[in-house]
Amino acid sequence: MKIHEYQAKAILSKYGVAVPRGTMVESREAAERAAKDLMDAGATGVVVKAQIHAGGRGMGGGVKLAKTYAQASELAGKILGMQLITHQTGPEGKKVRRLLMEETLPIASELYLGIVLDRAASRPVFMASKSGGMEIEQVAAKDPTAIIKEYIDPAIGFQAFQARKIAFALGLKPEFVGPAVKFMLALYKAYEETDASLFEINPFITTTDGRVFALDAKVNFDDNALYRHPEERELRDISEEDPLEVEASKYNLNYIKLDGTVGCMVNGAGLAMATMDIIKFAGGEPANFLDVGGGASVDQVTHAFEILLADKNVKAVLINIFGGILRVDTLALGVVEAARKTNIQLPIVLRLEGTNVEKGREILQESGLNFIVAQTMKDAAEKVVAAAAGR
Amino acid sequence: MSILVDQNTRLIVQGLTGREGTFHAKACAAAGTKVVGGVTPGKGGTKHEGWPIFNTVSDAVAAEGATATVIFVPPPFAADAILEAVDAEVPLIVCITEGIPTRDMVTVWRYMEGKKSRLIGPNCPGIISPGKCKIGIMPANIHRPGNVGIVSRSGTLTYEAVHQISQLGMGQSTAIGIGGDPIIGTNFVDALALFNADPETESIIMIGEIGGNAEETAAEYIKANVKKPVVSFIAGQTAPPGRRMGHAGAIISGGKGTAEEKFKALKAAGVHIVKSPALMGETLVEALGARK
Repeated sequence: MKIHEYQAKAILSKYGVAVPRGTMVESREAAERAAKDLMDAGATGVVVKAQIHAGGRGMGGGVKLAKTYAQASELAGKILGMQLITHQTGPEGKKVRRLLMEETLPIASELYLGIVLDRAASRPVFMASKSGGMEIEQVAAKDPTAIIKEYIDPAIGFQAFQARKIAFALGLKPEFVGPAVKFMLALYKAYEETDASLFEINPFITTTDGRVFALDAKVNFDDNALYRHPEERELRDISEEDPLEVEASKYNLNYIKLDGTVGCMVNGAGLAMATMDIIKFAGGEPANFLDVGGGASVDQVTHAFEILLADKNVKAVLINIFGGILRVDTLALGVVEAARKTNIQLPIVLRLEGTNVEKGREILQESGLNFIVAQTMKDAAEKVVAAAAGR
Repeated sequence: MSILVDQNTRLIVQGLTGREGTFHAKACAAAGTKVVGGVTPGKGGTKHEGWPIFNTVSDAVAAEGATATVIFVPPPFAADAILEAVDAEVPLIVCITEGIPTRDMVTVWRYMEGKKSRLIGPNCPGIISPGKCKIGIMPANIHRPGNVGIVSRSGTLTYEAVHQISQLGMGQSTAIGIGGDPIIGTNFVDALALFNADPETESIIMIGEIGGNAEETAAEYIKANVKKPVVSFIAGQTAPPGRRMGHAGAIISGGKGTAEEKFKALKAAGVHIVKSPALMGETLVEALGARK
């Protein structure tokens, strides 16, 4: 799960990780007040930062510097409500609804710190680089040796000596080593205790007056661990998500909206991806990824149908089910019920295999509804692509 | 021969008395597996569907000589169930549970270092050697005994490959689903090494998906060690970057973990890559034909 920068910084701050002073605002008036408060408290300038779930905000014009609170207010008025387009938002961009108003700081150096799971090593790894502000993937592509790595043994956690190794490898001046070590240890504690899947402090800065800060913060949580962090669930901002995806999540359906015309409903994540692939192979474009899961009920299948049909780009639907735990007859009942309930007019291609497949096919035949039955995945993909194209 | 499981495997079920556990224990037994008991804390000494129930895995191992365990325990308790099985030195642990927090699996992985158990999964369909032993949730009736080894990160896509092979008149030595999570007990290289050493396995189908670099590592291993024909499909060629495609581990992050990169690495290793999931079986037949 993704959260906003201001939320991430609030969490870090709770763990003793130094962050700039700042306030989240949702209106120009509140932005002006926040800027004035910061300047009254001694800030020499204010940064106005758009809060959306995407990187590259500065390049897209979503981060601006103000020298006075009046200027901050004016910038806030411009950024609030804009469609911010970055390399991570897609061409339509994302609407800015919230701003983080933050004090400016006298930056001496910009570095990178991150904690992420290393899948190959099956343990977290603390990463650092001198190229603050640059995406770590770019650094890795240019010069992999420029990335400092310290693997974390889960039996003992991230240790002070490891933080010192990173601090010295970053070339920090002696007076910054102490504060940086404290910063990194607090950062790891936060990562561990919040069940995060990603922490990125980019940039991590040193200031000309001898302090260190997380100037930016990106935090993702492990979805599988949210059950033990109700406070993290509260941080979800559904306005950042696709409305159909939000709807699907209510019924435990794994749905991701795409741009094509062939809707698909599949059981199992791998088969769902493979179904998208074969639609493309047959010359079509998938409209979505949808995994109804191993144990889908009639109710879930009905909801899945409604979500597929709510996407107006969908011209035909492919249902590809390999029944294991999910029995084909159960699915067939759901499909018939959903097709009746939603009075579906679109062509539906079905490809069914596995547990109770004969019974499932019987149910479909006896329903009197007009389904197109396919034998293999290839056959199904060709039939649905033709149907979507009106052939 | 087959890998990891055979007609002598003695299976216990952690979570046998639950709905899922009961349903699948019966299905495993029906497929020929020697199911010898179950573990449900607090229900030790009772019987369930004729099987003896034990309070702890150690008790079940001592009483029934279990050599394998399958875990149907909800995500908050699944890591603990794995740790208990490792502590009891059960040689083979198959964890079906989907949705275990990553931090729990980091701990499990660390604890397993140097221990005697092998873990398959979590978030996997399990393992089957048709006609001998089935530990998991796959539909047994699509399988046929034979000489193709199948290893996959996906459940239903494994069934698809199995089905294609069976339809072509061939069969499987063992089919193993290694799971869709970022941290799994048995990886591609482990499974490939076992298939490579198994005289009954004559060819291998490996099914990967986007995310991580397990397929690239497997490609290196194949290039250096495997002489048997390997056919490989990677799911997610059309997946958008930055989105988690159902499986916790299926995500293209920072431009890494794409299907394209994986196909490239596998092709360079001499693997017969197949870009359409409908053609896994046919490609294997071609690969075998080319070899003869």
